[in-house]
Amino acid sequence: MSTPPLSVTPQPSDVQSLKSVNFISGSDSTIRRRLFLSRVFAWCCRIATYSALAALVALLASIIVNCLGRLNLSFITSVNSVDPAEAGILAGLWGSFWLISLTTLMSVPLGIGSAVYLEEYAKDTWLTRVIKVNLSNLAGVPSIVYGMLGLTVFVRMFDLFGSSAAKSKAINLLGIVKIPLPLGDIILAGALTMTLVILPIIIIASQEALRAVPSSIRTASLALGATRWQTIRHQVLPAAMPGISTGVILAVSRAIGDTAPLIMIGALTVARFCPAGIDSPVKLLTEPQRILQAPMDQFTAMPIEIFHWAKQPGDDFSPVAASGIVVLLLVLSVFNGFAVWIRYRTSRGLKW
Amino acid sequence: MSRMRCVFGMLAVLAIAGCTVEDTTPGDVAGGGDVKRIMVDGSSTVEPITSRIAEKFEVEFSDVQVPVKVTGTGTGFKELIAGRIDIANASRPIKDSEKEECQKNGIEFVELKIAIDGLSVVVHPENDWVTSLTVAQLKKIWEPGSTVTKWSDVDPSWPDHKISLFGAGEESGTFNYFTEAINGKDGAITENYSPSGDDNVIATGVAGDKYAMGFFGYAYYSRNKEKLKVVAVSPTENLADAVAPTPETIEAGTYTPLSRPLFIYVKKASLSRPEVEDFVRFYLGAGQAEVAAAGYVALSAAEVEASKAAFESAVGK
Repeated sequence: MSTPPLSVTPQPSDVQSLKSVNFISGSDSTIRRRLFLSRVFAWCCRIATYSALAALVALLASIIVNCLGRLNLSFITSVNSVDPAEAGILAGLWGSFWLISLTTLMSVPLGIGSAVYLEEYAKDTWLTRVIKVNLSNLAGVPSIVYGMLGLTVFVRMFDLFGSSAAKSKAINLLGIVKIPLPLGDIILAGALTMTLVILPIIIIASQEALRAVPSSIRTASLALGATRWQTIRHQVLPAAMPGISTGVILAVSRAIGDTAPLIMIGALTVARFCPAGIDSPVKLLTEPQRILQAPMDQFTAMPIEIFHWAKQPGDDFSPVAASGIVVLLLVLSVFNGFAVWIRYRTSRGLKW
Repeated sequence: MSRMRCVFGMLAVLAIAGCTVEDTTPGDVAGGGDVKRIMVDGSSTVEPITSRIAEKFEVEFSDVQVPVKVTGTGTGFKELIAGRIDIANASRPIKDSEKEECQKNGIEFVELKIAIDGLSVVVHPENDWVTSLTVAQLKKIWEPGSTVTKWSDVDPSWPDHKISLFGAGEESGTFNYFTEAINGKDGAITENYSPSGDDNVIATGVAGDKYAMGFFGYAYYSRNKEKLKVVAVSPTENLADAVAPTPETIEAGTYTPLSRPLFIYVKKASLSRPEVEDFVRFYLGAGQAEVAAAGYVALSAAEVEASKAAFESAVGK
């Protein structure tokens, strides 16, 4: 939420009084000492900033230098290979695309809905207090723990349908798509697990954004005869949108780079196919039935492929791993740019 | 409005009517589609061999996909026991307890030896005092509660300098094999070493420290020959019997006790599927050329024949 900045232009009288205070309160040496301390503090802060920056620049520089030999168009149009000159990230790129799309589709309505309920509707009972406290706890749980949860609940479904894959069932939907039961190591199971990982983050960010909307707006809207739903729909949500969308996109960016839960639920390490055979955006239009099949297919993801390349013996695969990191970073920057853009667009519409 | 509701209602009825619950066919792709898929899981040591062969296989059999998961030998066997995979990559033979669980679940499998690895003990290239070690010396360095902290603790003529040890972590089959072969007990190792699940970290660690020593699979030594020096290992008390790991000594079986066979375990029920049968036959046939390319040592002709015979008899059954 953007609040109008406070006026910070110093008034002449302020400056004078400050100066006079300084000069009256101490001798020359104490002034010098205090000014010196002030400068030391400024330098400490500067060093803190630049040392963090230096580490980042060094990391980026080494990755970019390393990727130069491999990163070209063929890297993002070909699938993995044992030959470093031919290995590409296409399978991981599509795997991550489906995973993140489904995760966003499931976590955003659930997350914003829960936040609206907790902030706008729920009474302050012991139950809502327990929920609110535990949301922060859940946001701090390491993602591999969610991976184990996802393995039991989604991938294996508590072994309700038999523990062996050979005996498992599937729901055949109009002959187009088969939904396996238990889900097994498919994208849908991964997306459900990832939804659990980022849901608390989205709810907390949305709660903060909703809380930052001044309550005078709500009271005014209700006083004009609007219902609660109308108030939320036309006043509160638009005002909270910049904060909510930033929170959502940061959470989704985290999901793109997260590997641990995917390894836990059994994502493939080496795969040379894209989910449901969709290897170019054109196929999304020409063979739309595959869009339904892709979430039920097995997959690999960008961070898993990068991790695998980095573990190969010798240096042959380090340019490939570096190229993978650059592609992952590019995707992340696109997402973050998108967050900035949405923030700008939605906050511009606010009139009050 | 009511018309739209009608249309939606009809669509919903159609969707539910079109839903049937059916048994899945092993090898079918979950979502639907016309390709067949073979599921492989297990050892990270064997993965490079299987991945190379799978890639070549997919070129010839374009309607079959062979993705590989890397979770470790032990987890691979668990997946085999649960019947979730067709082939388990393994860098050690199956344990009796795992065999029993297979029996309990009605899972039959065939064990196929597919390559040999020579666990390599490496030191820094500027290390000029060690060229060979006996198993007893290795044990003195690596055993639990080892008193060796400096090189001179092993041999007084060696430098009076701290020895730094690098090796595989306990989730790895390499760790199991090394501790069993050198220390006599699976899992027993000095507290004094830096474990890593990433063999490249071990290679970098040893290459960066003149007084370091480490161990890993032969593939990692063969890819880092210029950065590392390999130590010959003597199975006896006599250093003159020491043998360095080379493709020849590993294949001939003279590099002992650190040579180990690598395996794939194929579920017998899966062999009735033509794509699995084709893949395993390819693995033991044309695929064997990939073993050396992956940095391991190929089996002798006789051993390949033995594996082929075991496979064919399992298919015929």
